[in-house]
Amino acid sequence: MEHWSPTATIADTGPRPPSVAVRLARDPKVAVAGGFIVLLIVLAVAAPLIAPKDPLEQNLLLATVPPAGFAQAEPGYLLGTDGLGRDVLSRVIFGTRVSLTVAFVAAGLACLIGSLLGLLAGYLGGLVDTVISRLVDIWMAFPPVLLSILLVAVLGSGLHSVIAAIVVIDWTRFCRVVRTETMGQAQMDYVVAARTIGFTRPAILFREILPNVLPVLIALLTLEMGIAVVVEAILSFVGLSVSSDTPTWGGMIAEGRQIVHEAWWVLAVPLAALFATVVAFNQLGDGLARSLDPVLRR
Amino acid sequence: MTAPRLSIEALTAISLRDGGKPILRKVSLAVGVAEVHGLVGESGAGKSTIAKAMLGIIPSQVRVTGGRIAFEGRDLLAMSGRELREILGRDIALVPQDPSTALNPARRIDAQLTDGLRLKRGLSAAEARRRARALLEEVQIRDPDRVLRSYPHQLSGGMRQRVLIAAAFGLEPKLVIADEPTTALDVTVQKQILRLFRALQERHGTSVLFVSHDLGVVAQICDRVTVLYMGKVMEQGATVDVLRAPHHAYTKALLAASPRYDRPDSGLEPTPPEVIAALQAEIARFDVGAAESGDG
Repeated sequence: MEHWSPTATIADTGPRPPSVAVRLARDPKVAVAGGFIVLLIVLAVAAPLIAPKDPLEQNLLLATVPPAGFAQAEPGYLLGTDGLGRDVLSRVIFGTRVSLTVAFVAAGLACLIGSLLGLLAGYLGGLVDTVISRLVDIWMAFPPVLLSILLVAVLGSGLHSVIAAIVVIDWTRFCRVVRTETMGQAQMDYVVAARTIGFTRPAILFREILPNVLPVLIALLTLEMGIAVVVEAILSFVGLSVSSDTPTWGGMIAEGRQIVHEAWWVLAVPLAALFATVVAFNQLGDGLARSLDPVLRR
Repeated sequence: MTAPRLSIEALTAISLRDGGKPILRKVSLAVGVAEVHGLVGESGAGKSTIAKAMLGIIPSQVRVTGGRIAFEGRDLLAMSGRELREILGRDIALVPQDPSTALNPARRIDAQLTDGLRLKRGLSAAEARRRARALLEEVQIRDPDRVLRSYPHQLSGGMRQRVLIAAAFGLEPKLVIADEPTTALDVTVQKQILRLFRALQERHGTSVLFVSHDLGVVAQICDRVTVLYMGKVMEQGATVDVLRAPHHAYTKALLAASPRYDRPDSGLEPTPPEVIAALQAEIARFDVGAAESGDG
């Protein structure tokens, strides 16, 4: 033991790694998509302050005014008006409220329920796993859009019903992914090591396994927000979402469809908003999955 | 001789998958206070099953059918989950085989090192962190603060194994089970880790059950050794005696199959077929005897 040199052989760990927040901000996908989502949140929260007009105010003399820059455009109506003379820009801005509420609440609840069941199924295995997995299998056999329309028809239209429908249908996505991920993690040596220092099963599940499932979960949650926005738009489109005096993107698309030959912008503007929002959520999910994974990150 | 810290008595286990094929055949061994006891054998000899049985993590397809594992006189196999959880970590700790998977990739080293200290010693977060830092210094890590902040993938294999050793010795256990702790490391790192391990063990007076397939490693670190083949003890004794003058044909074959660093030109000898035949006959005789005594 005399030629035991304590420092000579120890590998250097390199400079201190940047914190999670810094790494996320450096990821262009996360920065751009996340920035867009933040902008949407600001628009939704401050809609009455930002929107140039009252989104419900009708003016039949100024119906189907085209967006600024086109012939016959009216000053003050930047993105034109719809068939009832309502300001399209203001309606799109107010529409973010419903879309984002549904995105965050519905996706959040679906995530909570689905991942809890997934963690239990994946970690406990046996009968618990069998019951939960069969339930998911049966659940996924229903066509999702039809099921959501059916649910809203039964529950009655309105924001709560839309959220409930999305949660009831989409918890299975989280459950399946989290279950598989948990099963994989439960096999790892570090779980065994945690057992050998005397941790209880709930402690292992939430302290050891959950942090490893979290990156996938966050990515999935973000993707689900995009899906929730689309589902809400579909339900609005068929008139099963909130009442028609609340502006929604889906509702605007439905109205715009009828007059698309005279006033294409009534359809195009909410469609573009919907498209951009869903792309942003998907890209954010992608970027987060990459940046949060402790093994991939450098 | 004082009473052994760990005493395994006639431990017998079968595999439920292969129609009740025996995995352990009345294995007995004793580990004294501050003794490093090597458990040697080729893969499938049952070394890991013994370690797992002690830690309460025996796979579901294996069933222990007889014998006891007495730790300071108390049978670990007869304990409730709660009693065993209390002893694990505090009195018995594990140094796992593969440092690349035995640390949680999503948690920083400080969180993982302080877990046991907080759970078993009731230390506050700050105290546990101070203790963790001291532990890393004890395992010769030069920059403990940075290591504490790191994730496992930011450390080399040798560093991770030092961290795991620090975690195992951190609660000052009476018995450490080392499950091939150097197999996943390169030879130079292996040697340092073994020295470190032995130094810690001597300083704390820890008893060690050292599971290995590598006679070279066992020769470096173990006081006594048990040679296992197909779940049966072939030879047992002081390491020096067993490795210098093996009595059993299997031990001789195992030694001939080990690389000799002092004579690198000497080839490796595969186990001669007649030795294997004799071994199998011996195992068969044992099984017949065990079945008869079981019937009577």
